[in-house]
Amino acid sequence: MSLTTEHIAFDIEKIRKDFPILKRKINGYPLVYLDNAATSQTPQQVIDVIVDYYSNYNANIHRGVHSLSQEATEKYENARISLQKHFNAEKSYEIIFTSGTTHGINLIASGFTSLLQEGDEILVSALEHHSNIVPWQMLCEKTGAVLKVIPMNEEGTLIYSAFEEMVSDKTKIVFLNHVSNALGTINPIKDIIDKAHSHGAAVLIDGAQAAPHIKADVQALDVDFYVVSAHKMCGPTGVGMLYGKEEWLKKLPPYQGGGEMIATVSFEKTTYADLPHKFEAGTPNICGGIAFGAAVDYMNSIGFENIAAYEQELLEYATGKLLEIEGMKIYGTSKEKTAVISFNIEGLHPYDIGTLLDKMGIAVRTGHHCAQPIMDFYKIPGTVRASFSFYNTKEEVDRFVEGVKKAKMMLS
Amino acid sequence: MSNIKEIQEEIVDEFAMFDDWMQRYEYMIELGRNLPLIDEKYKIDENLIKGCQSKVWVHAELEGDKLVFTADSDAIITKGIVAILIRAFSNQHPADIIEADTKFIDDIGLKEHLSPTRANGLVSMIKQLKMYAVAYQTQLN
Repeated sequence: MSLTTEHIAFDIEKIRKDFPILKRKINGYPLVYLDNAATSQTPQQVIDVIVDYYSNYNANIHRGVHSLSQEATEKYENARISLQKHFNAEKSYEIIFTSGTTHGINLIASGFTSLLQEGDEILVSALEHHSNIVPWQMLCEKTGAVLKVIPMNEEGTLIYSAFEEMVSDKTKIVFLNHVSNALGTINPIKDIIDKAHSHGAAVLIDGAQAAPHIKADVQALDVDFYVVSAHKMCGPTGVGMLYGKEEWLKKLPPYQGGGEMIATVSFEKTTYADLPHKFEAGTPNICGGIAFGAAVDYMNSIGFENIAAYEQELLEYATGKLLEIEGMKIYGTSKEKTAVISFNIEGLHPYDIGTLLDKMGIAVRTGHHCAQPIMDFYKIPGTVRASFSFYNTKEEVDRFVEGVKKAKMMLS
Repeated sequence: MSNIKEIQEEIVDEFAMFDDWMQRYEYMIELGRNLPLIDEKYKIDENLIKGCQSKVWVHAELEGDKLVFTADSDAIITKGIVAILIRAFSNQHPADIIEADTKFIDDIGLKEHLSPTRANGLVSMIKQLKMYAVAYQTQLN
Protein backbone atom coordinates (compact mmCIF):
# COMPACT_ATOMS: atom_id res chain seq x y z
CA MET A 1 0.00 0.00 0.00
CA SER A 2 1.44 3.34 -0.91
CA LEU A 3 0.95 6.45 1.16
CA THR A 4 0.52 9.79 -0.49
CA THR A 5 1.08 12.50 2.04
CA GLU A 6 -1.01 15.24 0.47
CA HIS A 7 -4.29 13.38 0.81
CA ILE A 8 -4.08 12.37 4.45
CA ALA A 9 -6.91 14.13 6.21
CA PHE A 10 -6.05 16.34 9.16
CA ASP A 11 -6.88 14.05 12.05
CA ILE A 12 -6.16 16.03 15.19
CA GLU A 13 -6.77 13.12 17.59
CA LYS A 14 -4.29 10.98 15.71
CA ILE A 15 -1.75 13.80 15.57
CA ARG A 16 -1.99 14.43 19.31
CA LYS A 17 -1.17 10.78 19.96
CA ASP A 18 2.17 11.36 18.26
CA PHE A 19 3.22 13.74 21.05
CA PRO A 20 3.75 11.90 24.34
CA ILE A 21 4.31 15.12 26.31
CA LEU A 22 0.73 16.25 25.63
CA LYS A 23 -0.46 13.61 28.10
CA ARG A 24 1.32 15.33 30.96
CA LYS A 25 -0.43 16.98 33.86
CA ILE A 26 0.88 20.25 35.23
CA ASN A 27 -0.17 21.33 38.72
CA GLY A 28 -2.92 18.72 38.56
CA TYR A 29 -4.37 19.89 35.24
CA PRO A 30 -3.87 18.41 31.76
CA LEU A 31 -1.17 20.44 30.05
CA VAL A 32 -2.26 23.11 27.57
CA TYR A 33 0.95 23.97 25.77
CA LEU A 34 0.80 27.39 24.12
CA ASP A 35 4.47 28.30 24.07
CA ASN A 36 5.16 26.80 20.68
CA ALA A 37 6.90 29.90 19.35
CA ALA A 38 9.63 29.30 21.94
CA THR A 39 9.94 25.53 21.52
CA SER A 40 7.65 23.13 19.74
CA GLN A 41 7.02 19.65 21.11
CA THR A 42 8.59 16.52 19.71
CA PRO A 43 6.62 13.69 18.10
CA GLN A 44 7.38 10.05 18.89
CA GLN A 45 8.64 9.58 15.33
CA VAL A 46 11.47 12.04 16.02
CA ILE A 47 12.14 10.69 19.52
CA ASP A 48 12.46 7.21 17.96
CA VAL A 49 15.07 8.50 15.52
CA ILE A 50 17.11 9.94 18.41
CA VAL A 51 16.90 6.67 20.36
CA ASP A 52 17.73 4.67 17.24
CA TYR A 53 20.83 6.78 16.60
CA TYR A 54 22.30 6.22 20.05
CA SER A 55 21.13 2.60 20.20
CA ASN A 56 22.33 1.49 16.79
CA TYR A 57 24.74 3.67 14.84
CA ASN A 58 26.32 6.34 17.02
CA ALA A 59 29.63 7.16 15.33
CA ASN A 60 31.61 10.07 13.98
CA ILE A 61 30.88 10.97 10.40
CA HIS A 62 32.72 11.65 7.17
CA ARG A 63 36.05 10.15 8.17
CA GLY A 64 35.49 6.61 9.36
CA VAL A 65 36.17 3.55 7.25
CA HIS A 66 34.01 1.41 9.49
CA SER A 67 30.38 0.56 8.88
CA LEU A 68 28.83 2.53 11.74
CA SER A 69 30.54 5.69 10.63
CA GLN A 70 29.33 5.15 7.09
CA GLU A 71 25.81 4.51 8.28
CA ALA A 72 25.80 7.66 10.41
CA THR A 73 27.27 9.70 7.54
CA GLU A 74 24.60 8.44 5.16
CA LYS A 75 21.77 9.28 7.55
CA TYR A 76 23.23 12.70 8.25
CA GLU A 77 23.56 13.47 4.56
CA ASN A 78 20.05 12.16 3.95
CA ALA A 79 18.81 14.65 6.53
CA ARG A 80 20.55 17.39 4.59
CA ILE A 81 18.68 16.24 1.49
CA SER A 82 15.38 16.28 3.39
CA LEU A 83 16.09 19.91 4.27
CA GLN A 84 17.19 20.69 0.72
CA LYS A 85 13.92 19.31 -0.64
CA HIS A 86 11.83 20.99 2.00
CA PHE A 87 13.30 24.44 1.38
CA ASN A 88 13.76 23.73 -2.32
CA ALA A 89 17.46 24.56 -2.39
CA GLU A 90 19.08 23.93 -5.73
CA LYS A 91 22.02 22.01 -4.25
CA SER A 92 22.35 19.98 -1.09
CA TYR A 93 25.67 21.65 -0.20
CA GLU A 94 23.86 24.97 0.06
CA ILE A 95 22.38 23.56 3.27
CA ILE A 96 24.72 24.10 6.23
CA PHE A 97 23.95 22.52 9.58
CA THR A 98 24.29 24.99 12.46
CA SER A 99 23.56 24.94 16.17
CA GLY A 100 20.50 27.09 15.53
CA THR A 101 19.27 30.39 14.10
CA THR A 102 21.58 32.53 16.25
CA HIS A 103 24.61 30.57 15.03
CA GLY A 104 23.51 31.03 11.41
CA ILE A 105 23.10 34.78 11.83
CA ASN A 106 26.49 35.13 13.52
CA LEU A 107 28.12 33.07 10.79
CA ILE A 108 26.83 35.46 8.11
CA ALA A 109 27.47 38.65 10.07
CA SER A 110 31.02 37.52 10.79
CA GLY A 111 31.55 36.52 7.17
CA PHE A 112 30.63 39.99 5.98
CA THR A 113 33.39 41.60 8.06
CA SER A 114 35.84 41.35 5.20
CA LEU A 115 33.27 42.46 2.61
CA LEU A 116 32.18 45.74 4.20
CA GLN A 117 33.73 49.17 4.20
CA GLU A 118 33.20 52.32 6.18
CA GLY A 119 29.98 54.04 5.11
CA ASP A 120 28.30 50.84 3.88
CA GLU A 121 24.83 50.31 5.28
CA ILE A 122 23.09 47.38 6.94
CA LEU A 123 19.30 47.46 7.22
CA VAL A 124 17.48 45.52 9.95
CA SER A 125 13.79 45.57 10.77
CA ALA A 126 12.26 46.97 13.95
CA LEU A 127 10.63 43.58 14.54
CA GLU A 128 13.79 41.67 15.34
CA HIS A 129 14.60 39.44 18.26
CA HIS A 130 16.95 41.82 20.12
CA SER A 131 19.74 39.29 20.51
CA ASN A 132 19.84 39.07 16.72
CA ILE A 133 20.57 42.78 16.40
CA VAL A 134 23.81 42.37 18.35
CA PRO A 135 25.86 40.56 15.64
CA TRP A 136 25.11 43.46 13.24
CA GLN A 137 26.09 46.06 15.83
CA MET A 138 29.36 44.18 16.31
CA LEU A 139 29.85 44.05 12.55
CA CYS A 140 29.32 47.83 12.33
CA GLU A 141 31.83 48.44 15.12
CA LYS A 142 34.42 46.37 13.30
CA THR A 143 33.88 47.79 9.82
CA GLY A 144 32.54 51.31 10.25
CA ALA A 145 29.33 50.32 8.47
CA VAL A 146 26.09 51.99 9.58
CA LEU A 147 23.10 50.12 11.02
CA LYS A 148 19.67 51.44 9.99
CA VAL A 149 16.32 50.27 11.28
CA ILE A 150 13.26 49.75 9.07
CA PRO A 151 10.35 51.07 11.20
CA MET A 152 7.03 49.38 11.93
CA ASN A 153 3.53 50.80 12.38
CA GLU A 154 0.96 50.42 15.19
CA GLU A 155 -0.31 47.14 13.71
CA GLY A 156 3.16 45.68 14.03
CA THR A 157 3.71 45.66 10.26
CA LEU A 158 6.92 46.87 8.62
CA ILE A 159 6.47 50.14 6.76
CA TYR A 160 7.45 49.09 3.26
CA SER A 161 7.54 52.64 1.90
CA ALA A 162 10.11 53.55 4.57
CA PHE A 163 12.23 50.59 3.49
CA GLU A 164 12.01 51.70 -0.15
CA GLU A 165 13.35 55.09 0.84
CA MET A 166 16.13 53.67 3.01
CA VAL A 167 17.54 51.08 0.66
CA SER A 168 20.22 52.39 -1.68
CA ASP A 169 23.40 51.34 -3.44
CA LYS A 170 25.14 51.82 -0.07
CA THR A 171 23.06 49.00 1.37
CA LYS A 172 25.13 45.83 1.50
CA ILE A 173 22.92 43.52 3.53
CA VAL A 174 19.30 43.51 4.68
CA PHE A 175 18.35 41.40 7.68
CA LEU A 176 14.84 40.72 8.85
CA ASN A 177 12.64 37.95 10.13
CA HIS A 178 10.11 36.23 7.95
CA VAL A 179 7.72 36.21 10.93
CA SER A 180 8.06 38.31 14.10
CA ASN A 181 8.48 36.23 17.26
CA ALA A 182 6.77 38.74 19.50
CA LEU A 183 3.78 39.59 17.30
CA GLY A 184 3.46 36.88 14.64
CA THR A 185 3.50 39.42 11.78
CA ILE A 186 4.43 37.88 8.43
CA ASN A 187 6.78 40.25 6.63
CA PRO A 188 6.58 40.88 2.86
CA ILE A 189 9.97 39.30 2.33
CA LYS A 190 9.63 38.66 -1.40
CA ASP A 191 9.14 42.38 -2.13
CA ILE A 192 12.00 43.26 0.19
CA ILE A 193 14.35 40.71 -1.39
CA ASP A 194 13.59 41.93 -4.93
CA LYS A 195 14.00 45.57 -3.98
CA ALA A 196 17.26 44.89 -2.09
CA HIS A 197 18.64 42.93 -5.05
CA SER A 198 17.91 45.82 -7.39
CA HIS A 199 20.51 47.72 -5.33
CA GLY A 200 22.93 44.81 -5.20
CA ALA A 201 22.34 44.11 -1.50
CA ALA A 202 22.25 40.61 -0.03
CA VAL A 203 19.28 39.51 2.09
CA LEU A 204 19.38 37.28 5.16
CA ILE A 205 16.02 36.09 6.42
CA ASP A 206 15.55 34.76 9.96
CA GLY A 207 13.00 32.05 9.30
CA ALA A 208 12.90 30.67 12.86
CA GLN A 209 9.28 31.72 13.49
CA ALA A 210 8.08 31.13 9.94
CA ALA A 211 9.45 27.62 9.44
CA PRO A 212 6.90 25.88 11.73
CA HIS A 213 4.02 27.37 9.73
CA ILE A 214 5.17 28.30 6.23
CA LYS A 215 7.12 26.23 3.73
CA ALA A 216 9.64 28.70 2.35
CA ASP A 217 10.90 28.08 -1.17
CA VAL A 218 14.36 29.64 -1.22
CA GLN A 219 14.64 29.57 -5.02
CA ALA A 220 11.25 31.17 -5.59
CA LEU A 221 12.08 33.78 -2.95
CA ASP A 222 15.52 34.23 -4.51
CA VAL A 223 16.78 34.79 -0.97
CA ASP A 224 20.53 34.83 -0.35
CA PHE A 225 20.48 33.34 3.14
CA TYR A 226 17.70 31.75 5.19
CA VAL A 227 18.22 30.48 8.74
CA VAL A 228 16.03 28.31 10.99
CA SER A 229 16.14 26.28 14.23
CA ALA A 230 15.03 22.65 14.51
CA HIS A 231 13.47 23.05 17.96
CA LYS A 232 10.67 25.22 16.61
CA MET A 233 9.79 22.62 13.96
CA CYS A 234 9.25 19.51 16.07
CA GLY A 235 12.99 18.77 16.14
CA PRO A 236 15.56 18.76 18.95
CA THR A 237 17.28 21.80 20.47
CA GLY A 238 20.81 22.80 19.55
CA VAL A 239 20.57 22.27 15.81
CA GLY A 240 19.51 24.45 12.92
CA MET A 241 20.10 25.20 9.29
CA LEU A 242 21.64 27.94 7.23
CA TYR A 243 20.71 28.01 3.58
CA GLY A 244 23.05 30.10 1.48
CA LYS A 245 23.29 30.58 -2.26
CA GLU A 246 26.36 28.79 -3.55
CA GLU A 247 27.96 31.97 -4.90
CA TRP A 248 27.67 33.65 -1.50
CA LEU A 249 28.89 30.67 0.49
CA LYS A 250 31.93 30.47 -1.75
CA LYS A 251 32.62 34.16 -1.26
CA LEU A 252 32.36 34.14 2.55
CA PRO A 253 35.37 33.05 4.62
CA PRO A 254 34.96 30.10 7.04
CA TYR A 255 33.49 31.02 10.41
CA GLN A 256 35.40 28.65 12.66
CA GLY A 257 38.56 26.64 12.25
CA GLY A 258 38.65 22.94 13.05
CA GLY A 259 38.16 19.44 11.75
CA GLU A 260 36.00 18.83 8.66
CA MET A 261 36.45 22.37 7.29
CA ILE A 262 39.92 21.77 5.93
CA ALA A 263 41.21 20.08 2.80
CA THR A 264 44.94 20.14 3.45
CA VAL A 265 46.88 21.55 6.37
CA SER A 266 50.50 22.42 6.65
CA PHE A 267 52.10 25.02 8.87
CA GLU A 268 52.46 27.27 5.87
CA LYS A 269 48.99 27.07 4.40
CA THR A 270 45.63 25.45 4.86
CA THR A 271 43.18 24.90 2.06
CA TYR A 272 39.56 24.91 3.02
CA ALA A 273 37.19 22.08 2.30
CA ASP A 274 34.40 22.42 -0.21
CA LEU A 275 30.85 23.30 0.74
CA PRO A 276 29.13 22.48 3.01
CA HIS A 277 32.08 21.31 5.15
CA LYS A 278 33.83 24.67 4.98
CA PHE A 279 31.22 25.94 7.44
CA GLU A 280 30.86 22.79 9.53
CA ALA A 281 34.03 22.75 11.61
CA GLY A 282 34.42 20.03 14.22
CA THR A 283 32.14 17.12 15.00
CA PRO A 284 28.62 18.37 14.39
CA ASN A 285 25.43 17.56 16.27
CA ILE A 286 25.04 14.36 14.26
CA CYS A 287 22.03 12.97 16.06
CA GLY A 288 20.43 16.42 16.09
CA GLY A 289 20.89 16.82 12.35
CA ILE A 290 19.38 13.42 11.61
CA ALA A 291 16.46 14.13 13.96
CA PHE A 292 15.97 17.53 12.33
CA GLY A 293 15.57 15.77 8.98
CA ALA A 294 13.04 13.41 10.56
CA ALA A 295 11.14 16.35 12.06
CA VAL A 296 10.85 18.08 8.69
CA ASP A 297 9.70 14.80 7.12
CA TYR A 298 7.12 14.42 9.89
CA MET A 299 5.72 17.92 9.33
CA ASN A 300 5.59 17.30 5.60
CA SER A 301 3.68 14.07 6.18
CA ILE A 302 0.98 16.21 7.81
CA GLY A 303 1.33 18.85 5.11
CA PHE A 304 2.13 22.52 5.53
CA GLU A 305 -1.05 23.61 3.81
CA ASN A 306 -3.08 21.57 6.28
CA ILE A 307 -1.04 22.94 9.15
CA ALA A 308 -1.47 26.56 8.03
CA ALA A 309 -5.21 26.22 7.45
CA TYR A 310 -5.81 24.55 10.80
CA GLU A 311 -3.65 27.01 12.73
CA GLN A 312 -5.41 29.98 11.11
CA GLU A 313 -8.69 28.53 12.30
CA LEU A 314 -7.33 28.26 15.85
CA LEU A 315 -5.97 31.81 15.62
CA GLU A 316 -9.29 33.29 14.53
CA TYR A 317 -11.20 31.31 17.13
CA ALA A 318 -8.85 32.32 19.96
CA THR A 319 -8.69 35.96 18.86
CA GLY A 320 -12.47 36.23 18.79
CA LYS A 321 -12.86 34.66 22.23
CA LEU A 322 -10.12 36.78 23.80
CA LEU A 323 -11.54 40.02 22.42
CA GLU A 324 -14.75 39.34 24.35
CA ILE A 325 -12.78 39.95 27.55
CA GLU A 326 -13.03 43.51 28.79
CA GLY A 327 -9.77 45.46 28.78
CA MET A 328 -8.15 43.04 26.29
CA LYS A 329 -5.54 44.56 24.02
CA ILE A 330 -3.90 42.46 21.33
CA TYR A 331 -0.54 43.60 19.93
CA GLY A 332 0.23 42.72 16.34
CA THR A 333 -2.97 42.94 14.36
CA SER A 334 -1.54 42.60 10.89
CA LYS A 335 -3.81 40.72 8.47
CA GLU A 336 -0.87 38.53 7.61
CA LYS A 337 0.13 36.76 10.79
CA THR A 338 0.86 33.30 12.13
CA ALA A 339 -0.96 31.73 15.07
CA VAL A 340 0.55 33.96 17.75
CA ILE A 341 -1.43 36.22 20.08
CA SER A 342 0.47 38.75 22.13
CA PHE A 343 -1.79 40.57 24.59
CA ASN A 344 -2.29 42.50 27.80
CA ILE A 345 -5.31 43.17 29.95
CA GLU A 346 -5.68 46.75 31.10
CA GLY A 347 -4.27 47.30 34.57
CA LEU A 348 -2.76 43.83 34.91
CA HIS A 349 0.88 42.78 34.72
CA PRO A 350 1.64 40.03 32.17
CA TYR A 351 3.76 38.21 34.74
CA ASP A 352 0.75 37.84 37.06
CA ILE A 353 -1.44 36.46 34.28
CA GLY A 354 1.26 34.01 33.19
CA THR A 355 1.85 32.82 36.76
CA LEU A 356 -1.84 32.09 37.33
CA LEU A 357 -2.21 30.37 33.95
CA ASP A 358 0.70 28.11 34.88
CA LYS A 359 -1.12 27.17 38.08
CA MET A 360 -3.96 26.04 35.80
CA GLY A 361 -1.64 23.93 33.65
CA ILE A 362 -1.50 26.42 30.78
CA ALA A 363 1.95 27.25 29.41
CA VAL A 364 2.35 30.70 27.82
CA ARG A 365 5.28 33.04 27.55
CA THR A 366 5.30 36.37 29.37
CA GLY A 367 7.74 39.25 29.19
CA HIS A 368 9.36 41.18 26.40
CA HIS A 369 10.02 38.08 24.23
CA CYS A 370 13.55 39.33 23.57
CA ALA A 371 12.04 42.07 21.46
CA GLN A 372 12.61 45.05 23.72
CA PRO A 373 12.46 47.56 20.82
CA ILE A 374 8.90 46.39 20.04
CA MET A 375 7.87 46.71 23.71
CA ASP A 376 9.39 50.21 23.81
CA PHE A 377 7.40 51.07 20.69
CA TYR A 378 4.14 50.14 22.42
CA LYS A 379 5.42 51.59 25.75
CA ILE A 380 4.69 48.38 27.67
CA PRO A 381 6.89 46.21 29.92
CA GLY A 382 5.87 43.06 28.07
CA THR A 383 2.93 40.96 26.99
CA VAL A 384 1.43 37.54 27.50
CA ARG A 385 2.08 35.51 24.36
CA ALA A 386 0.06 32.46 23.42
CA SER A 387 1.46 30.68 20.36
CA PHE A 388 -0.41 27.82 18.78
CA SER A 389 0.66 24.74 16.92
CA PHE A 390 -1.13 22.21 14.73
CA TYR A 391 -1.49 19.85 17.71
CA ASN A 392 -3.48 22.35 19.78
CA THR A 393 -7.27 22.09 19.84
CA LYS A 394 -10.27 24.38 20.16
CA GLU A 395 -10.96 22.78 23.54
CA GLU A 396 -7.51 23.92 24.63
CA VAL A 397 -8.27 27.41 23.37
CA ASP A 398 -11.43 27.34 25.50
CA ARG A 399 -9.47 26.30 28.56
CA PHE A 400 -6.93 29.02 27.89
CA VAL A 401 -9.62 31.71 27.52
CA GLU A 402 -11.36 30.49 30.68
CA GLY A 403 -7.96 30.60 32.42
CA VAL A 404 -7.38 34.18 31.33
CA LYS A 405 -10.84 35.12 32.61
CA LYS A 406 -10.19 33.43 35.94
CA ALA A 407 -6.81 35.14 36.27
CA LYS A 408 -8.41 38.48 35.49
CA MET A 409 -11.05 37.90 38.15
CA MET A 410 -8.42 37.02 40.76
CA LEU A 411 -6.18 39.95 39.91
CA SER A 412 -8.78 42.70 39.49
CA MET B 1 6.83 42.10 69.34
CA SER B 2 7.17 38.61 67.83
CA ASN B 3 10.47 37.32 66.56
CA ILE B 4 11.04 36.19 62.99
CA LYS B 5 10.42 32.53 63.77
CA GLU B 6 7.08 33.29 65.45
CA ILE B 7 5.92 35.49 62.59
CA GLN B 8 6.86 32.83 60.08
CA GLU B 9 4.85 30.23 62.01
CA GLU B 10 1.93 32.63 62.12
CA ILE B 11 2.05 33.03 58.33
CA VAL B 12 2.28 29.25 57.85
CA ASP B 13 -0.81 28.82 60.07
CA GLU B 14 -2.75 31.40 58.08
CA PHE B 15 -1.98 29.66 54.80
CA ALA B 16 -2.87 26.27 56.28
CA MET B 17 -6.49 27.41 56.39
CA PHE B 18 -6.77 27.26 52.60
CA ASP B 19 -7.57 24.09 50.73
CA ASP B 20 -6.38 24.90 47.25
CA TRP B 21 -3.93 27.01 45.33
CA MET B 22 -6.57 29.49 44.21
CA GLN B 23 -7.43 30.49 47.74
CA ARG B 24 -3.74 30.72 48.64
CA TYR B 25 -3.07 32.97 45.68
CA GLU B 26 -6.10 35.09 46.38
CA TYR B 27 -4.85 35.61 49.91
CA MET B 28 -1.38 36.41 48.66
CA ILE B 29 -2.79 38.97 46.22
CA GLU B 30 -4.72 40.46 49.14
CA LEU B 31 -1.51 40.73 51.17
CA GLY B 32 0.13 42.38 48.18
CA ARG B 33 -2.54 45.05 48.08
CA ASN B 34 -1.94 45.87 51.76
CA LEU B 35 1.83 46.02 51.43
CA PRO B 36 3.34 49.00 53.29
CA LEU B 37 4.30 50.85 50.17
CA ILE B 38 7.71 52.28 49.63
CA ASP B 39 7.86 56.07 49.61
CA GLU B 40 7.81 57.24 45.97
CA LYS B 41 11.16 58.98 46.44
CA TYR B 42 12.80 55.61 47.09
CA LYS B 43 11.34 54.05 43.95
CA ILE B 44 14.53 54.72 42.08
CA ASP B 45 16.78 52.53 39.98
CA GLU B 46 19.31 52.17 42.81
CA ASN B 47 16.68 50.43 44.92
CA LEU B 48 15.52 48.24 42.09
CA ILE B 49 16.10 44.52 42.30
CA LYS B 50 16.04 43.40 38.73
CA GLY B 51 14.15 40.23 38.14
CA CYS B 52 13.69 39.27 34.53
CA GLN B 53 10.05 40.29 34.32
CA SER B 54 8.63 42.04 37.36
CA LYS B 55 10.31 44.94 39.09
CA VAL B 56 10.89 45.00 42.86
CA TRP B 57 12.02 48.05 44.81
CA VAL B 58 13.25 47.74 48.40
CA HIS B 59 14.23 50.43 50.86
CA ALA B 60 15.78 49.80 54.29
CA GLU B 61 16.00 52.17 57.23
CA LEU B 62 17.24 51.75 60.79
CA GLU B 63 14.76 52.68 63.53
CA GLY B 64 16.51 52.37 66.85
CA ASP B 65 18.27 49.05 66.67
CA LYS B 66 15.73 47.57 64.27
CA LEU B 67 15.73 47.44 60.51
CA VAL B 68 12.54 48.50 58.73
CA PHE B 69 11.89 47.50 55.14
CA THR B 70 9.44 49.02 52.68
CA ALA B 71 8.98 47.71 49.17
CA ASP B 72 6.88 47.62 46.05
CA SER B 73 6.54 45.67 42.82
CA ASP B 74 4.77 46.28 39.53
CA ALA B 75 3.30 42.74 39.54
CA ILE B 76 0.72 41.94 42.19
CA ILE B 77 1.71 38.31 42.84
CA THR B 78 5.31 39.35 43.29
CA LYS B 79 4.06 42.09 45.59
CA GLY B 80 2.21 39.48 47.64
CA ILE B 81 5.35 37.48 48.22
CA VAL B 82 7.29 40.64 48.92
CA ALA B 83 4.64 41.49 51.53
CA ILE B 84 5.10 38.09 53.17
CA LEU B 85 8.87 38.46 53.28
CA ILE B 86 8.66 41.99 54.65
CA ARG B 87 6.22 40.91 57.32
CA ALA B 88 8.69 38.25 58.44
CA PHE B 89 11.85 40.31 58.26
CA SER B 90 10.94 43.95 58.83
CA ASN B 91 11.22 45.60 62.22
CA GLN B 92 13.77 43.06 63.44
CA HIS B 93 17.34 43.22 64.65
CA PRO B 94 19.78 43.01 61.74
CA ALA B 95 21.58 40.10 63.46
CA ASP B 96 18.33 38.09 63.52
CA ILE B 97 17.63 38.88 59.85
CA ILE B 98 21.09 37.60 58.92
CA GLU B 99 20.42 34.36 60.82
CA ALA B 100 16.87 33.73 59.59
CA ASP B 101 16.01 31.12 56.99
CA THR B 102 13.19 31.17 54.41
CA LYS B 103 11.99 27.60 54.72
CA PHE B 104 8.52 28.87 55.67
CA ILE B 105 7.98 29.83 52.03
CA ASP B 106 8.09 26.10 51.19
CA ASP B 107 5.70 25.36 54.03
CA ILE B 108 3.05 27.72 52.69
CA GLY B 109 3.24 26.12 49.25
CA LEU B 110 4.96 28.96 47.43
CA LYS B 111 8.25 27.19 46.97
CA GLU B 112 8.14 27.58 43.20
CA HIS B 113 8.52 31.34 43.55
CA LEU B 114 11.83 31.02 45.31
CA SER B 115 13.43 28.76 42.78
CA PRO B 116 16.46 30.44 41.23
CA THR B 117 15.11 29.52 37.80
CA ARG B 118 11.99 31.58 38.35
CA ALA B 119 12.35 34.91 36.63
CA ASN B 120 10.84 37.06 39.36
CA GLY B 121 13.79 38.43 41.27
CA LEU B 122 12.70 37.08 44.65
CA VAL B 123 15.85 35.12 45.29
CA SER B 124 17.78 38.31 44.67
CA MET B 125 15.37 40.13 46.94
CA ILE B 126 16.10 37.86 49.90
CA LYS B 127 19.80 38.30 49.25
CA GLN B 128 19.25 42.06 49.20
CA LEU B 129 17.36 42.04 52.52
CA LYS B 130 20.19 40.10 54.09
CA MET B 131 22.81 42.39 52.63
CA TYR B 132 21.04 45.39 54.13
CA ALA B 133 21.05 43.56 57.45
CA VAL B 134 24.77 42.88 57.20
CA ALA B 135 25.47 46.52 56.33
CA TYR B 136 23.39 47.91 59.19
CA GLN B 137 24.74 45.34 61.63
CA THR B 138 28.22 46.66 60.92
CA GLN B 139 26.91 50.17 61.55
CA LEU B 140 25.38 49.14 64.90
CA ASN B 141 28.61 47.56 66.05
